[in-house]
Amino acid sequence: MQQNSKPVMARIWADRWIYVFLLPTLTLVGAFTIYPVVASIWFSFLDWNGFERAGSFIGLANYNELLADPLFWNAFKNTVVFLVLAVPLRVGLALLLAIILNAHFPLVRVFRTAIFLPVVTTAAIVGVVMRYVLDPTGGPLNIALLNSHILGQPLNFLGSAALALYSAVGIWVWKWLGITLIYWLAALQTIPRDLYEAAELDGAGPWRQFRCITLPLLTPFTLIITLITVIDATNVFDLMLTLTGGGPFYATEVIDIYVYRQAFTSNVPRLGYASAAAIFFGIMFIAVAAVQIIALRRVRSGRHDQ
Amino acid sequence: MSTMSLRRPAGWTILRYVALVALCLVWVYPFLWLVSASLKSPLEVFSKGLNLLPDVPVWENYARAWGQAGFSRYMLNTFFVTIGTVVVVVFHTALSGYVLGRHDFVGRKVIIGILGATLVVPAGLTVIPIVDLTSALGLLNGHWGIILALAGSGQSAAILLYAGYFRGLPRELEEAAFMDGAGFLRIFFYIMLPLAGPVTATVTVLTFLAAWNAFLIPLVFTFGTPELRTLPVGMLAFVGTNETDWSGMAAAATISLLPVIVFFFFVQRYFVEGIAGAVKA
Repeated sequence: MQQNSKPVMARIWADRWIYVFLLPTLTLVGAFTIYPVVASIWFSFLDWNGFERAGSFIGLANYNELLADPLFWNAFKNTVVFLVLAVPLRVGLALLLAIILNAHFPLVRVFRTAIFLPVVTTAAIVGVVMRYVLDPTGGPLNIALLNSHILGQPLNFLGSAALALYSAVGIWVWKWLGITLIYWLAALQTIPRDLYEAAELDGAGPWRQFRCITLPLLTPFTLIITLITVIDATNVFDLMLTLTGGGPFYATEVIDIYVYRQAFTSNVPRLGYASAAAIFFGIMFIAVAAVQIIALRRVRSGRHDQ
Repeated sequence: MSTMSLRRPAGWTILRYVALVALCLVWVYPFLWLVSASLKSPLEVFSKGLNLLPDVPVWENYARAWGQAGFSRYMLNTFFVTIGTVVVVVFHTALSGYVLGRHDFVGRKVIIGILGATLVVPAGLTVIPIVDLTSALGLLNGHWGIILALAGSGQSAAILLYAGYFRGLPRELEEAAFMDGAGFLRIFFYIMLPLAGPVTATVTVLTFLAAWNAFLIPLVFTFGTPELRTLPVGMLAFVGTNETDWSGMAAAATISLLPVIVFFFFVQRYFVEGIAGAVKA
């Protein structure tokens, strides 16, 4: 710290090894994360099909077209519906399960591992496999539901526009519940056990203990776990492309798929237009994330002041 | 909690077990069905309903997926991409994590701020320029393009893991080595990096799983080069052309998922520690 009195250039020279150590990370992150964000903003002002080396500047025309495109708003709506259904379901179900599994009883590790198993598997392959598991004619889920007389006739979970998005929510929660479970278990283990023992001596029942000890102490974790889950829920490309490809009739087309379709699978790629869609949604999303991060900071600094 | 459960009636305990076993069955069943379908004949998959046992295991499904469908090639590609990504990620995140966690220098706060901000950048936002840049660099025709793109995006968590760990090591370590005349490089490679073994294990495991399971980058990088496809990309291509081959699909999926599931069972501890640590920090 005595270096602080030296002039800036002398400090930088003295620390030259530090900058050498940073070079690989700065190069990679610069090329594959920071440059792409900046370039996307630039691309969003271009009319560019990708076959030519560069596009032509058209100002805000892409954005104007975007705001008038019903399929963009459809994708926007699907993403929001997905978030609003899937995030609370995953966070809440995992908390419930964590409270049950945060104890010592026979087989508890087996249960945790079973719930965690889908997490490590490849989302894109799970998406393909689930097409068959949910198939209306030969898929095991429909056979099980028919055999047990829960259903009178098979449900086309992925082929029906009314059902497909909800089926995708279900598969996504099934796939990732285990990781949220681990987050909650880690959070629960930070609560000192003697708090519960003291509460029990005072005659507080399990529900009261949960409401007055567990929930308040979990608040900062709730915010961070929800934030992580929201970020996850906007990155459902792997699962959605392989599960439904955005169909049927765009019923499950989320923003990622919309951008992918415009940029890579339409007859004439529209890289500028796709970038505008990605940027528009990215700004909305970062705004939501920023609100959550500010809330998290508030809660944390509130803790330190007490 | 354990003392509480002792005083609870036996009915509650039984109910809990029934519920947990049912839930776990739902979680594991798709994988059991997958393995079972991979050993049935295509007709049996339909005719036997929920019966998981095939009359005679049909290993020919695996031969078809491995050979004809090209999954031996996809497997090799996936291994190459995964191992390359792990090596590049450990190398660059250990170096930068060390200096960010342990040294104060001009620009440190800016770099940490930028790395933190990249955590919320959606993957769909960066993919078009990544393809454009990689193609301009002439890297779109080999594995290295995929490896660098995977290693260069979304690695802030690994850097922060290393930084946090190095920060916690005692100061005296470096001071003693410095007194003995060891330079910056020597201190890092001979003293600090070996001490960071647990973090290296966690970063290796997390990166291995992320690279093995990566989909968007390998997909858009291999549009023109089917021979470079990784397993998930090959899987999508396989069912696109063989939609009715259920047992072939199941064999191919089993081949693709088995290595990562086996890997996970061996390294479960590091994985769980790594992701749990991310929330506590």
